[in-house]
Amino acid sequence: MSATAMIEPSRSEAGYNFAYLDEGTKRMIRRAILKAIAVPGYQVPFASREMPMPYGWGTGGVQVTAAVLGRADVLKVIDQGADDTTNAVSIRRFFARTSGVATTTRTTEATIIQTRHRIPETPLREGQVLVYQVPIPEPLRFLEPRETETRQLHALREYGAMHVKLYEDISRHGHIATTYAYPVEVAGRYVMDPSPTPKFDNPKMDDCPALQLFGAGRERRIYAVPPYTSVRSLDFEDHPFRVQQFDQPCALCGAEGVYLDEMLLDDAGRRMFVCSDTDHCEGRRADGHVGTGDAV
Amino acid sequence: MSEPLLQVRGLTKRYGARLGCADVSFDLDPGEVLAIVGESGSGKSTLLSLVATELAPDAGTVSYRMRDGVLRDLAGLSEAERRALMRTDWGFVRQDAAQGLRMTVSAGGNVGERLMGVGERHYGRIRGQALDWLGRVEIAADRIDDPPTRFSGGMRQRLQIARNLVTGPRLVLMDEPTSGLDVSVQARLLDLIRRLSAELGLAVIIVTHDLAVARLLSHRIIVMRAGRVIETGLTDRVLDDPEHAYTQLLVSSVLAA
Repeated sequence: MSATAMIEPSRSEAGYNFAYLDEGTKRMIRRAILKAIAVPGYQVPFASREMPMPYGWGTGGVQVTAAVLGRADVLKVIDQGADDTTNAVSIRRFFARTSGVATTTRTTEATIIQTRHRIPETPLREGQVLVYQVPIPEPLRFLEPRETETRQLHALREYGAMHVKLYEDISRHGHIATTYAYPVEVAGRYVMDPSPTPKFDNPKMDDCPALQLFGAGRERRIYAVPPYTSVRSLDFEDHPFRVQQFDQPCALCGAEGVYLDEMLLDDAGRRMFVCSDTDHCEGRRADGHVGTGDAV
Repeated sequence: MSEPLLQVRGLTKRYGARLGCADVSFDLDPGEVLAIVGESGSGKSTLLSLVATELAPDAGTVSYRMRDGVLRDLAGLSEAERRALMRTDWGFVRQDAAQGLRMTVSAGGNVGERLMGVGERHYGRIRGQALDWLGRVEIAADRIDDPPTRFSGGMRQRLQIARNLVTGPRLVLMDEPTSGLDVSVQARLLDLIRRLSAELGLAVIIVTHDLAVARLLSHRIIVMRAGRVIETGLTDRVLDDPEHAYTQLLVSSVLAA
């Protein structure tokens, strides 16, 4: 509280409104968000603004976060699961400076988590909002370049083409080789691109207690998965959806059943597999869990 | 006489001041092959697009006997019904295979798409049917995972046919399916179309400027010129004993091989 009061935004960054965007823009984005929540998985067009960062760096996610951020919120930003990478650090600092809200790296403390690629390993709870940065919101784009046509396909629920993509995977690789942006059906109706999250995280979207919001800045679309909504990964009867498995636990904290990153250690090819979720890993190590520390 | 499968009445389409086609009417029986012939710009392709409901007519109707036996005006169908009809009970073989196929998707995926579109969710069964259909259009089984970009022109047309026939349609529209192919490949494709349409009892509307194609495949012919039907009748009668002066000119302008 005292920290928040010390960096009052109007004083620390003169000329900027709270959380950078003006109130009219925020209302416009909130209306899009409300519509997205009302129609789960449906891509709502919105008048995406120019943000002080390049497209592809999370302009959609930043606008959604700016629109839902309140003074009492605690913000966490992750990039590929990590709190300490460039993108995560810059966005976190951007909101600290333009809004003065408290920031954190702890999943449990955060009320809003903006993410690129990962859903935290720590289960989310009611009241939390997960904001995804989305590059290509249209799951049918792979097969259908025309926007007019993809809208028709969504409206008429013609999703046969989506399975063509999965068919191609199996015919080429013997199994469904799509490992990220794996298409899902939301609330039994709309097929949605879960953004470039690894399919490992798809099951976490299903029946999640937190609100999930998706913002695509360049493509000007917002979509949402309300709390406790069914999210089903598409598959074939004889090739059911499966998440990837890792052979060994995290080398630092010994966690199993989590998503691991491959870290290169030197130019001799030594590698180490560690938690992609840095907060989860640090939390476990603070609790006394240790991994083997072995390179492979 | 069986009841007609397709009933076309007074179809008219204008492109501004120019005429696409005017007041075209015909019936098509189940299993019947109808050729629409005429020179370039005579309105053949406009007529086919109107029948396929890809263009909206300025006047006239296209009615189709649905699987329940009821003749329905296609303009009265909802968009969902219309599209479902087009991808299950109808087929459309395009002149340019790139328009009728997904060029970046494997042959098997191309054939399987319609099956997945009607809800098939078993990979093994989809692949089995794709293999079966590739065999029926004489494409080797080991090409099932190749995309059509690696196929010859004749193979692409045969793949289009397989992709369209996999859901067991009753009506197939073909727009110049043999143009741009060399003569021996044409002959093989025509044989295939004739055999499949006879075996499956398909009704076919084939647009062509090649009278030899019309003679080989069709039971009946419609001759068009400047957007109007100028002669219609049984294929042999029209080609051997043309009544209209233009048809006589058309028939006599074909080089005898």
